Amino acid sequence: MLVALVMVLVVAGSLAFHFLSPWRATPIASNWGFIDDTVALTFWITTAGFVAVVLFMAYCLYRFRHQPGRRAAYEPENQKLEAWLAIVTTIGVVLLLAPGLLVWGQYITAPEGAMEVEAVGVQWNWSFRLPGADKKLGASDVRLVDGANPLGVSPSDPRGRDDLIVADGELHLPLGKPVKMLLRSLDVLHDFYVPQIRAKMDLVPGLVSYLWFTPTKIGQYEILCAAYCGVGHPQMRGTLIVDEEADYARWLSAQQTFEQSRKSDKGGEKSASNE
Amino acid sequence: MTDLTGRTEDAAPPAEVPEMELFHAHSFLTKYVFCQDAKVIAIQYAGTAIAIGLVALVLSWVIRIQLAFPGAVALIDAKVYYQAVTMHGMIMVVYMLTAIFLGGFGNYLIPLMVGARDMVFPFVNMLSYWVYLLATLVLAASYFAPGGPSGAGWTLYPPQSILTGTPGYDYGIVMMLASLILFIVGFTMGGLNYVVTVLQARTRGMTLMRMPLTVWGIFAAAVMALLAFPGLFVACVMLLLDRTLGTSFFMPAIVEFGEHKAYVGGSPILFQHLFWFFGHPEVYIVALPAFGIVSDLISVHARKNIFGYRMMVWAIIAIGVLSMVVWGHHMYVSGMDPLFGFFFAVTTLAIAVPTALKVYNWVITLWRADISFTTPMLFALGFLVTFVNGGLTGLYLGNVIVDVPLSATLFVVAHFHMVMGIAPVLVIFGAIYHWYPKITGRMMDETLGKVHFWITFLGAYAIFFPMHYLGVLGVPRRFYELGETAFVPDSAHLLNVSITVLALVVGFAQAIFFYNLFTSLKRGKPAGGNPWRAASLEWQTPETPPGHGNWGDEPPIVYRWAYAYSVPGAPEDYIPQNEPPIRGELSS
Repeated sequence: MLVALVMVLVVAGSLAFHFLSPWRATPIASNWGFIDDTVALTFWITTAGFVAVVLFMAYCLYRFRHQPGRRAAYEPENQKLEAWLAIVTTIGVVLLLAPGLLVWGQYITAPEGAMEVEAVGVQWNWSFRLPGADKKLGASDVRLVDGANPLGVSPSDPRGRDDLIVADGELHLPLGKPVKMLLRSLDVLHDFYVPQIRAKMDLVPGLVSYLWFTPTKIGQYEILCAAYCGVGHPQMRGTLIVDEEADYARWLSAQQTFEQSRKSDKGGEKSASNE
Repeated sequence: MTDLTGRTEDAAPPAEVPEMELFHAHSFLTKYVFCQDAKVIAIQYAGTAIAIGLVALVLSWVIRIQLAFPGAVALIDAKVYYQAVTMHGMIMVVYMLTAIFLGGFGNYLIPLMVGARDMVFPFVNMLSYWVYLLATLVLAASYFAPGGPSGAGWTLYPPQSILTGTPGYDYGIVMMLASLILFIVGFTMGGLNYVVTVLQARTRGMTLMRMPLTVWGIFAAAVMALLAFPGLFVACVMLLLDRTLGTSFFMPAIVEFGEHKAYVGGSPILFQHLFWFFGHPEVYIVALPAFGIVSDLISVHARKNIFGYRMMVWAIIAIGVLSMVVWGHHMYVSGMDPLFGFFFAVTTLAIAVPTALKVYNWVITLWRADISFTTPMLFALGFLVTFVNGGLTGLYLGNVIVDVPLSATLFVVAHFHMVMGIAPVLVIFGAIYHWYPKITGRMMDETLGKVHFWITFLGAYAIFFPMHYLGVLGVPRRFYELGETAFVPDSAHLLNVSITVLALVVGFAQAIFFYNLFTSLKRGKPAGGNPWRAASLEWQTPETPPGHGNWGDEPPIVYRWAYAYSVPGAPEDYIPQNEPPIRGELSS
């Protein structure tokens, strides 16, 4: 009796918690509404499963609890029932999987002409690199990193000279333009994580990973690191600011190019960058 | 299904190999310390696993206190926090759960349940325990090494695990890797034993399809572990070489705090593949024995055969096979080729089907049953709720795109604690309450057992169910402190405090269990040989606790499956596996 009742209360309590919980996903600020939809779909299907199984169990616990004279039925198996359950479950799984894979297909396919922006992680800071007038990022190599060239941009690649280097951890992006973030780490694993954008991807030293999104809401968002990267992990923060086109252009024009930053650094840091 | 005919020869073919003489210990040392009897080794394994598990429990309080009251305890700084997270995770997954299910329950139950006198390689079995103990001691000793234990997170991902930004990068990580290597060596000796014993040492009539599901679960888990642990083994060796000799298996060219390191060309993602090639089967290495045990607990205490036994066996095998090809779902956002996402999402969600079928069969077993709410049964029911809950949240994380916003958040932490922390631990408790009478000859106290169950089950559910919502909100895991984070409202902090308070309460409530465990040794009600009136073989030993060699002069002969409960026409509501068939008893 009591056990069955508690099981019902566990279900009721879980549902009540869900619907009364003030803790919900942050308001979305990108094109990835589909991701939220797949989460919602998963919620409804899995909740139906949870409620059905636990309530059925609770009913059995109440109805078939031991009483004097009771004897259990003897039914080793029921292949028809088992087959039906297998089919229904498979349908549920396919319902979850099919839209999920479709959206994943979009997630990993950046649209043609998306603006390329590089995010670089080091323990425990974010830096960014944006293409200059040529709309192309120059080559880079971690072995070229030194005090005057913190991101290891190749000085011999002409495409890289006008790249804009943003070292203060604050990235601006224009509203409504698809962005392909190229992700690069100079030391350990990091992960580019902005909760409101929904997208997420690791930065791996030795390779360039990517994600893409279209910012859909003006605002300021925190960039966190979502791959444990040592004791300073929680402090590895950056800021993403989604701007109107004009504000974005103003910010962009205030950034130093790779060439400028090298020139201004040349004087004092010559000895440091010698190796 | 009962495969009963009137004749002994039909049910149990003649023995093919003669009995072998066992090693008979005479001194105290060889009987209780360096002992070759699987039952003693089982207690040693379980005792060690529980002891180190208590260390992990205390570490979880360190984690929770820091998360709820950041900065309140001056001793807990970022370094101590990450070391606690790392050691808690590694201890629980490997040194506690794997060791207690396979080394503990495997050793105790396999020989008794299949009607063997002992494991087939008793000496190697003993060695397995001592190597495991050594591995555990090396791990624990890293707390006393300069710089303390590794704080790399239990996944030990390079490059950070061997770089200076991570606590314990100098000694801790080396001891961690050495300890894991030892653990795997020890496990391999034990694991071969479990597999060969099940395959070779079953008694007359104990066909594979008459084995209790507990044995099936442990057997499948042991096979998987023998296949999966080598992945971790090579990963540990290679990482150790990267750390000590400066090789570059996992280390590309990097700049560490402005300094160029000598590494070049290695792949951090390769480590993740190797780690999870072990790490995902590991989940099922813990889960399958729990599945098996819970099947038996439900069946015995509901006085009903497990529903769909053959389906249950095939589901165990299907899960075992599929679990070897799903590891990539831990790496959806790792930077590996994103096309892998399609493959691993399909395999991962496919595994939900046999798993769901097992759940259905457990609850259908309760249909038209005769359910006694004994302590073991309560724990089995608690397992069902937490496992269903945690299994279903696995459908979020396994479905590649749904994983993207949730990965690396507290949703993941809540999910895996529910499904492979709470659920298996509830089974461990249920199993201890269930088999304690066989092991000691005395019953544990039922009232204390029930109090222990309700606090543990409801408390743990109230800890981890709400935690999912912090993850949905976006709170990342492995954050020593959230600091000023605009998207996290103050109310989330209240939830953190509530989780911590409950974690302390549930943790301390385990004292009830230990009090019961130890006082029942002397004061428990005498159990007799078969207090639960169970049909499987371990309850039919001539002595309780079973003596050396388990079966007295003659090993038992098995005539039917382990689930002959409430068979129509039978005088009792169970027929032991070794009871000779009554003439005219119907086979169905």
